[in-house]
Amino acid sequence: MQQFEFSDISRMLTPILARHGGDASRLLQVLLEVQDACHTIPSEAIDHIAAHFDVPRVNVEGVAGFYSFLSTRPVGEYRMLFSGNITDQMLGKDDLMQYLCNKLWVEPGKVSEDGLVSVDSTSCTGMCDQGPAALVNGWPLTSLDQNRLDLICELIRSRKPVAEWPPMLFEVVDNIRRSDALLGEPLVPGNGIRAVLTRGAKETLAEMDKSNLRGRGGAGFKTASKWSFCHAAIAEEEGSVICDINGHPERYIVCNADEGEPGTFKDRVLLNSYADLVFEGMTVGARVVGASKGFLYLRGEYRYLLEPLEKGLQKRREAGLLGDNILGKAGFSFDIEIHLGAGAYICGEESALIESLEGKRGRPRNRPPFPVTHGYKGRPTVVDNVETFACAAKIAEKGGAWFAAMGTAQSTGTKLLSISGDCASPGIYEYPFGVTVRQILADCGARDPYAVQVSGPSGAMISWKEFDRKIAFEDLPTAGAFMVFQRKRDPFQIALNFVHFFAHESCGFCTPCRVGTELQKKIMDKIASGHGTASDLEELKSLGHILKTMSHCGLGSSAANPVLDMLEKFPDAYERKLKELAFEPAFDLDGALETARKITGRDDDWAHL
Amino acid sequence: MSKNIIIDGLTVPFQEGQTIMDAAMAAGLYIPHLCHNPEFKPHGSCKLCTVNVNGRNVASCTMPAAEGQQVLNDIAELNAERLALTQMLFVEGNHLCPACEKSGNCNLQGVAYYLGMMSPHYNHFYPAREVDASHPDILLDRNRCIYCELCVRASRDVDGKNVFGLTDRGIMTRLIVNATSGLLGDTSLAATDKAAQVCPTGALLVKRKGFAVPIGSRIFDRHTIKDVQTGGSHE
Repeated sequence: MQQFEFSDISRMLTPILARHGGDASRLLQVLLEVQDACHTIPSEAIDHIAAHFDVPRVNVEGVAGFYSFLSTRPVGEYRMLFSGNITDQMLGKDDLMQYLCNKLWVEPGKVSEDGLVSVDSTSCTGMCDQGPAALVNGWPLTSLDQNRLDLICELIRSRKPVAEWPPMLFEVVDNIRRSDALLGEPLVPGNGIRAVLTRGAKETLAEMDKSNLRGRGGAGFKTASKWSFCHAAIAEEEGSVICDINGHPERYIVCNADEGEPGTFKDRVLLNSYADLVFEGMTVGARVVGASKGFLYLRGEYRYLLEPLEKGLQKRREAGLLGDNILGKAGFSFDIEIHLGAGAYICGEESALIESLEGKRGRPRNRPPFPVTHGYKGRPTVVDNVETFACAAKIAEKGGAWFAAMGTAQSTGTKLLSISGDCASPGIYEYPFGVTVRQILADCGARDPYAVQVSGPSGAMISWKEFDRKIAFEDLPTAGAFMVFQRKRDPFQIALNFVHFFAHESCGFCTPCRVGTELQKKIMDKIASGHGTASDLEELKSLGHILKTMSHCGLGSSAANPVLDMLEKFPDAYERKLKELAFEPAFDLDGALETARKITGRDDDWAHL
Repeated sequence: MSKNIIIDGLTVPFQEGQTIMDAAMAAGLYIPHLCHNPEFKPHGSCKLCTVNVNGRNVASCTMPAAEGQQVLNDIAELNAERLALTQMLFVEGNHLCPACEKSGNCNLQGVAYYLGMMSPHYNHFYPAREVDASHPDILLDRNRCIYCELCVRASRDVDGKNVFGLTDRGIMTRLIVNATSGLLGDTSLAATDKAAQVCPTGALLVKRKGFAVPIGSRIFDRHTIKDVQTGGSHE
């Protein structure tokens, strides 16, 4: 592996640090660039960066260690990360990854001896409709098969820069299969804002209220309430109001594009083809709550969308839809900055996302206070999902009654579903709320469906008996993931995949989640290896209870859902795995003697159990 | 007129700005806790102090007290969950009490006694964790770290040195120190610093102070942690 001299580090860092300035909230963005340049975060760079931002070294090292895409130990010059979602697995991810490893003479999780390449798994990259997927140095590879991996192998061996790889490897398609109110009719950029300026901010909030729009991230909090709380809040310091550059109380609008829930990819499509709608919704929100600055927190896996999104923002600035005096309205200033994530599912939790925006470890905050009053840098902040902002733009244009007429009374409007798994046409489906699972399964061409994971691992696994249930906050609330499983799939393997996901993504802050997710993983692994007993099931249930009731945030409290759903709905899935013995050792006793047999050179009957 | 909350049926007064934990402590009521220390800003990570407020579980050390709160604290269900959390803390690290200088004075042990922990229940993880003896006066044994961040808070907020921090995440989380070498001996930590005094377990120990009080006569050999932390029979 390449060794870095201190002067090299300094030369490499100087332009990066100059570009990002001195505000420590840029720390994560700086570390991402350093990782790109060095394939690691060198220890000397940590010192340098800490001095630049005037923060303790431990803070920089803490951030460098927190995010999956950063690494304080070198990774390969070519870093292949296979998407580890269950849908990728069903499409042959494990075999393909092993195939690539064999071809490149590298072990999974390790770096090749020459430092050229490393191959590993990562959490879902949001390409479930076109998997198996992977990232190479952060750029998405889709529809992988042996032929493509052969080509990739050649490209790596010939040290071809990733930027020069054939574009077809990186092709990401939208796969919009069903459009409705949101996707069907494109918005003329500016029309939503114009409507707000004509109607007035207060009146627009009233329309939002009438629309009964609820947060699309899954929790379903009423958007108008969130906006009005934020509008009412003021940040003070030593008795005086903290104001923005125009003398208005400082508030922030944050778009949560950290779409990390395995099986969800609707935000990818919205940001790829409907970014104007999203930016428009953020601007509408800014006008309503009185914010002058917005952030789009883009998950690291969607880094490839960064430049197109930046271009989109620039176009809006040129059209007078962002910046000062928007659409000629004096004093209406708002601009949007994109902040990249770096591989941490927890940053989808709004307070962890704010910590990450501030350049820190993505650790959920203690609440209260809530972000609407104490958010980014302690200022009132609205954090909403990508789809929520898209809806808000439409409501601003067409009014609350138009929106409320769709869906059900408690769940108005439409919902984007990201459909993947065992179906003929995976992709994005937009439905009015209230649609039945059965209808969706018929539309996407599900093959012999047996179970559906609604809203990803943190959501609910439903069985074929429940297919008449409805997608709605009052029945099956969802952030959008909809993974279809046919009869031949093993519910145990699905739960096993999700349990590993949660253990990997736990931030480690609170005891129940840090240890509980790991214990859950160990027990499931033990059952998978054929050493499970009836008592393990009791243990899983009691762990599930502790995770649900004692955890700090939603990650921990939902981490047991896959296991509990499996135990309740697919009892034969795990009963098959259990030994029928009253007593079953937790490990392979005979296997444990293998080392001793090798040392003593014995292999007779007495050397075996 | 003073404001009140109800904890296990008792009326407990509180002042604006106090947490449930503050109010309980002021009233001499014990809520088991490890990461909380009234001298520092509440943290809320160990979750042992979880109480049930009007039907919902919350960490009492971070939850502001408010009129109308009906708090359940010393009930069998919560104590069973606290016991499970304590057992989790024991198995995720390497806590070998008989070989630890902190034995008898260790809050983790004190809480375990209080909650009636008779076994670790879960399988031990036996993680490989680093011991750092590089500092002339202080030993850092990560095997005993429970990530309460009391040393982090003390060093940052009291000593003004920022010697400690956490890196990595999930079960891989680990305590790091403010030195390029990664060694405690290369930091500005002094044995007289608050950060060197606040560890609730034996992860940070001041050297050459071993066994000044014999095992058997130490704090939790003689008193329950409840008595000690509510001032019931403090030494």
